[in-house]
Amino acid sequence: MKEALENLKKLTALDGVSGEEKPVRDYIISKITDHVDDYYVDNIGNLITYKKGTGNGPKVMLDAHMDEVGLLITLINSDGLLKFRTIGGIEDRVLVGKRVRIGENRVPGIIGFKPLHLQSSKERKGTVDKKQLTIDIGAKDKEQAASKVEIGDLAAFAYDPVEFGDNKLMAKALDDRVGCAVLIELLKHKYECDIYGCFTVQEEIGLKGAKTSTFQVKPDIALVLEGTTCYDVPDTKEYGMSTVCGKGPALTVMDRTVIADRDLLRHITKTAELNGIPYQFKQTITGGTNAGKIQTGGTGAKVAVIALPCRYIHSPVSVMDINDFENMIKLSKKVLETLPASITLYREQGGKEYV
Amino acid sequence: MFNVINKLTQTFGPSGNEKKVADLIRDLLKNKVDEIKTDVLGNLICIKKGSGKKIMLAAHMDEIGIIVSYIDKNGFLRFSNVGGLDPFVILGKRVIFENGTMGVIWYEENIDEIKNIKLEKMYIDIAAKSKEDAEKLVNVGDMAVFEADTTLQNGRIISKALDNRIGCAVLVQAALNQSETENEIYYVFTAQEEVGLRGAGPAAYGLLPDMALAIDVTATGDTPECKPMPVKLGAGPAIKIKDRSVIAHPEVKDRLIKCAIENNIPHQFEILTQGGTDAGSIHTTAGGIPSGGIAIPTRNIHNSAEIVDMKDVENTVKLIEAFISQ
Repeated sequence: MKEALENLKKLTALDGVSGEEKPVRDYIISKITDHVDDYYVDNIGNLITYKKGTGNGPKVMLDAHMDEVGLLITLINSDGLLKFRTIGGIEDRVLVGKRVRIGENRVPGIIGFKPLHLQSSKERKGTVDKKQLTIDIGAKDKEQAASKVEIGDLAAFAYDPVEFGDNKLMAKALDDRVGCAVLIELLKHKYECDIYGCFTVQEEIGLKGAKTSTFQVKPDIALVLEGTTCYDVPDTKEYGMSTVCGKGPALTVMDRTVIADRDLLRHITKTAELNGIPYQFKQTITGGTNAGKIQTGGTGAKVAVIALPCRYIHSPVSVMDINDFENMIKLSKKVLETLPASITLYREQGGKEYV
Repeated sequence: MFNVINKLTQTFGPSGNEKKVADLIRDLLKNKVDEIKTDVLGNLICIKKGSGKKIMLAAHMDEIGIIVSYIDKNGFLRFSNVGGLDPFVILGKRVIFENGTMGVIWYEENIDEIKNIKLEKMYIDIAAKSKEDAEKLVNVGDMAVFEADTTLQNGRIISKALDNRIGCAVLVQAALNQSETENEIYYVFTAQEEVGLRGAGPAAYGLLPDMALAIDVTATGDTPECKPMPVKLGAGPAIKIKDRSVIAHPEVKDRLIKCAIENNIPHQFEILTQGGTDAGSIHTTAGGIPSGGIAIPTRNIHNSAEIVDMKDVENTVKLIEAFISQ
């Protein structure tokens, strides 16, 4: 467990905005080579690993996406400031005054805004539009800026992980380095089923990596490991909270992209109860995950989502509970260990049945 | 046929929970087709073997409903929609859970104006006295559907879930009629259409048919001051030209029109500006599958009392039989 948390911290310190996940992928490869039978990187950049099972069972895919939300440099102004657009869902309001790292060389920058003193009273009350914002990399002019960054470079938030408070961790990109860290941990163990551990790309811009990974793996069953919304902060009525930080990993019954398979979901809740692992249901149906693509890929798969509640998700820094993280590992591992017995599957070829 | 329609519409089956409907259809078609199987997503696939063209006929089994998202300390349920739900339509309606628990949908009465009503401001009362009381009956994540009966009146049916149990009933009847054909026919009862046409694609991928038809309902333009639309109740099955998910393949569409004309089946054309059908996910599956659809004109779609005309239903069966025998 200690190692898993170490991995998580290291993973969140790396940058992997959608489309440029290489640093994250390289780190993961270094951690999993000794534990899997085979792995390869596909054309779109997914890391697909294979671990042979000890028995006969359904083909199981485990999915965690490597990419994070971030910014794309679109223009270098004559004064050396950079215009940008967002990659993945980021609210304009959370951008002001935040530190970023740009490109492979991690050029430091800050998203600047007119100081309070110079704003009109109207400006102070209004919201911010990202069109008004630029990234300052300290360059004196366009030429100097262009020697450090290029149009098309990706920028990630530049905040390193900190453990704080009551067993909490604040870090950027918990969505979905959490899933990556859990998946690395899961691959260390042997299971009866064949396991395809897929670290996917470009989830944040429309579940793109999972579409091709599913096509290659053609799983019977898939577990998606995610970071999910959590809103247990002031001013929320209890029924509006999607998940609560510290109350255990969250299970999705339904969201914008998927309705979890009933049998698989029941298997997960039963496993949690048998082993005394806390869990909660995500109480809102907003958001989507790779499960949506995996479920309907090819001839279809039985899917479920196990997610870690992350406060302030899709902002420069999010917060999670370390107990939740450990429980997510415990639960996913138990679920895999006991998987074949309780799931009935029919396959297209002659209706072959797995029991 | 009304008997079958009644059974189908009264069977519980919101998206993702179609098993009971599938079991009923499996029972109705047992020994009437060559093979019946269920796939991973819960699609029920009934195969009539043949040496000719492989034709897939798809009707979705799932109905719209609600999903419980939270149970408060007094035992009231908060919920979200499963499929398209209008807050005005569900206000004051009864809903029923799989275990028979009944609920009534009402709203927080302190909202300024009723037009501002949203699902977040609504709740379900299951006559529970406390949270503990409620939790004996339902759990977070449970789904419920409209509770409303099915009536045959003046040759027309008033019922919940005609979208799309009427399509299922039509396919069941077509399969039972066992019309002469050399073609291989896949009667596919699909899952999760109402939440984004999710079941039909994987079913089609497994079968790889030469062509496909989606059998579903469509709106009408024959009620007082309604949105203009040429489709009328009782004027025959509507041959799909397009909807938001698909443009009917010209060969499939023309074959349907030819079948209707040659067999003197009254028909009309469907151009639906809102909503899609299973054909939308079937036609882009694998290397592409020529797809079209037949729609049964239906009033008040996604309401607890939808209306269809039995003549349209019977003519839809006839049109399907003509289509698959050609």
